[in-house]
Amino acid sequence: MSRNIKSAIFSALLVLIISYPVLGLKLSTVGISLRVEGASAFELWCIGGAATLIFLWQLLRDRLTPTWAKLPKLPSGSGQVGNFLTLPSTQRWIILAMVMVALVWPFFASRGSVDIATLILIYVMLGLGLNIVVGLAGLLDLGYVGFYAVGAYSYAILSHYFGLSFWMCLPIAGMMAALFGFLLGFPVLRLRGDYLAIVTLGFGEIIRILLRNLTELTGGPNGLSIANENKPTLFGLSFERRVPADMPTFHGYFEIAYNSQYKVIFLYLIALLLVLLTLFLVNRLLRMPIGRAWEALREDEIACRALGLNPTVIKLSAFTIGASLAGFAGSFFAARQGLVTPESFTFIESAMILAIVVLGGMGSQLGVILAAIVMVMLQEMRELSEYRMLIFGLVMIFMMIWRPQGLLPMQRPHLELKR
Amino acid sequence: MSRTILEVSGLSMRFGGLLAVNGVGLNVKEKQVVSMIGPNGAGKTTVFNCLTGFYQPSSGSIRLNGEAIEGLPGHKIARKGVVRTFQNVRLFKDMTAVENLLIAQHRHLNTSYLAGLFKTSAFRRSEREAMDYAAHWLEQVDLVDFANREAGTLAYGQQRRLEIARCMMTRPSILMLDEPAAGLNPRETEDLKALISVLRDEHNVTVLLIEHDMKLVMSISDHIYVINQGTPLADGTPDDIRNNPDVIKAYLGEA
Repeated sequence: MSRNIKSAIFSALLVLIISYPVLGLKLSTVGISLRVEGASAFELWCIGGAATLIFLWQLLRDRLTPTWAKLPKLPSGSGQVGNFLTLPSTQRWIILAMVMVALVWPFFASRGSVDIATLILIYVMLGLGLNIVVGLAGLLDLGYVGFYAVGAYSYAILSHYFGLSFWMCLPIAGMMAALFGFLLGFPVLRLRGDYLAIVTLGFGEIIRILLRNLTELTGGPNGLSIANENKPTLFGLSFERRVPADMPTFHGYFEIAYNSQYKVIFLYLIALLLVLLTLFLVNRLLRMPIGRAWEALREDEIACRALGLNPTVIKLSAFTIGASLAGFAGSFFAARQGLVTPESFTFIESAMILAIVVLGGMGSQLGVILAAIVMVMLQEMRELSEYRMLIFGLVMIFMMIWRPQGLLPMQRPHLELKR
Repeated sequence: MSRTILEVSGLSMRFGGLLAVNGVGLNVKEKQVVSMIGPNGAGKTTVFNCLTGFYQPSSGSIRLNGEAIEGLPGHKIARKGVVRTFQNVRLFKDMTAVENLLIAQHRHLNTSYLAGLFKTSAFRRSEREAMDYAAHWLEQVDLVDFANREAGTLAYGQQRRLEIARCMMTRPSILMLDEPAAGLNPRETEDLKALISVLRDEHNVTVLLIEHDMKLVMSISDHIYVINQGTPLADGTPDDIRNNPDVIKAYLGEA
């Protein structure tokens, strides 16, 4: 019992220490200086109440747990549902239904939500790409954002200096990122685990710092903007308001009033198309010998070698294909932003993509989609922006308790034997 | 007389100041079962590691069908038909039994990206053949009912059998088994013995064996090499070895 009291007092104190500065003290700007203000009585009461609740909970937890256990268990029920959800056949139907909804939905939604959905789709693409490297091949890559940056800057540079269009640049950006993945893959192949993570982290940073300092080519910290005539077009029809006089526009061609909503929806549909292509690609790869080899490599590299599989080739292919997907996502990101700066490609982006993969369940595609939605929503909750990190941490803790394998962990494909 | 398939001479492996293997020679003929025995730490597994390219031997020559293979990387040696199992089972634990077998056929499959992406008929045929071959071997090792179970959840004896089946997927000419009977009960050991005979007689595989179960070794081997403290102690037929006073002293023990 005394142990309980100790831990209860400790937890309650912890709640006070953490929540008082976060919730109880407010900074407000007065002129050019900041002033610290105390919180209202109501907020102080809330903090006190929370501390008392934690105190009681910690104190009585042992007594409560038996009654708790008697209640019908929620996690096991959701586990069954999860199992059903992760069956490949169910996943296919879910994905099909989601695609249908995703196709129709933007025409009825607000501009802001379509824009967020586009961002989600970018992260889905990135998540699926990183999933190949981390989830399937088991290579912890913390510099994934580097390839994303290569893709974005490939498009920006090619359009800025050579006036190439988005659709020309998209494949080139993918190939450039793949090339970088291949080149960076070579030296890091000997490493694994923590060492690999550190080195890839370094590569990601190197790319960002290079982009910031190659001022002549990349515009340095100011970045590069993409001219309207090089933005994505629908069979040559531009969605921009102001374009060179000889360029046909969407609203001009159909003789309707200009509406920026068209552009947002158009970008969304491109992102959806790219995600669907990525999904198809990853799905096929998984069922190809190379996909199985990636997973085998994750499981046991020595056994792979003993069976005649060349680990170098397999790792390189995972790195290259993963990087190329980031390249596609990057060039699309550049098209959506209209401006690329090195600050869009900081380490926190890599961490975010990795969190999506881990949260979704390593190797699971539906999981990645779900996790991307959750993560981007969390990021975009403007009204809760102060508590974003708090919610973030809470989500991670609950995940660890209830679904340590991820939201929708990957299930093994069932292969029918012919008797 | 059958011809020599693997010829090893003067094989030495040095780890810093430790001479783990010193001048070991082997002469393995086609379709033989050759065993390597010796006390723990004698260097048997190190010899295996040298033969399969996991270690670069310090000196000595290894000839497979007359071709020097010493110093080649492991996957290249495996592709030449020398495949091994491990003392501690090394399956792909989170993958199903049949997937384990499919991976081992990687080299024999259609690995072209385009063919796989568009599911060409050649790709589908190659995958189907791989499945049939895997099914055939699952039957051979009595694991058909466990085809879609994750390998890590199989019983220990089943994992051992699956590992051998996985090696057979690569169509090897020499199969090297590192203590395959360790941890098996007497019945499973009998099954293993029958399986090794099948491998040799029906699939023309030469088997190189490290094993401590003397009953198994003596009953199945055509030739036995005894290694003690890294150096070859004796070699000969099971009867020679059984009656060799040096071997009795160093390893077998007085009856």
